[in-house]
Amino acid sequence: MQELLEIIAKALVNNPDVVTVNKVEEDSTLLLELKVAPEDMGKVIGRQGRIARAIRTVVRSASARDNRRVLIEIMENV
Amino acid sequence: MRDIEETGRTVEEALEVALERLNVTAEEVEVEVITEGNRGFMGIFGGAPAKIRVMIKENPMDKALAFLEKVIDSLAIEAEVVAAKDDRGIKIEIEGQNVGMLIGRRGQALDAWRYLTNIIANKGVRERERIRLDIAGYRARRVAMLEDLAKRTAKRVRERRRPVRLEQMSPADRRIIHITLQNEADLETVSEGREPYRQVVVSPKGELRYGNRK
Repeated sequence: MQELLEIIAKALVNNPDVVTVNKVEEDSTLLLELKVAPEDMGKVIGRQGRIARAIRTVVRSASARDNRRVLIEIMENV
Repeated sequence: MRDIEETGRTVEEALEVALERLNVTAEEVEVEVITEGNRGFMGIFGGAPAKIRVMIKENPMDKALAFLEKVIDSLAIEAEVVAAKDDRGIKIEIEGQNVGMLIGRRGQALDAWRYLTNIIANKGVRERERIRLDIAGYRARRVAMLEDLAKRTAKRVRERRRPVRLEQMSPADRRIIHITLQNEADLETVSEGREPYRQVVVSPKGELRYGNRK
């Protein structure tokens, strides 16, 4: 899932080199921390969060098989 | 292929401006140097600007395919991606095993993949191409089902002479209902409510109703 999120984010932004995805695993949740360049925040969030919502939908659907809750947090990479 | 010319004090500076104008990264373009910049004597006398031509390499279809192939690889599913161009834009179909995870509950993931693929494929492109996406024939079956629902609803509205409200649907699904009934002269269709709870209401034409009308 980490890799999938990275592929999607890198395809959306202007600075793919600055994209990182950090994984924090707990028993029942998987937290993916997506960091992008500050100027690319809009590219992964979108108007009214529409892009972020689409990213969450596809990543959750792809990880439905392992029964963990998948959380995606988007942050500025500074 | 989209190309622009840009000038700057140096080739690097011109390229930086050009990439910003095109809203792409250096990997997505080809650069042709028309004139090397010349800073002139001590940067004051006789300086000539650098001039370059910058071209975007890929077209939307290639970008969409490359993106979806990468996605499928990373999920380790066996699937084939086929794209075709027609008068309505680009149609991409994914067929294979375990593609259910790309469709999701009620096709929600499929809608989200289509949305993301459209953004990614058209990034930095002047002439946007509308991309339709189908996975294992899901969309085609859904369209057939919605067309059938639209026709049955039309029949009910005519019989009852009253508006009929359908269940909440995605924008793509609502579009099918509207299109299917757009040529029925005695009926009208409007979407009401807020996303994601928007519903199509099919009414006899001329019927004055409460609610927010389009």
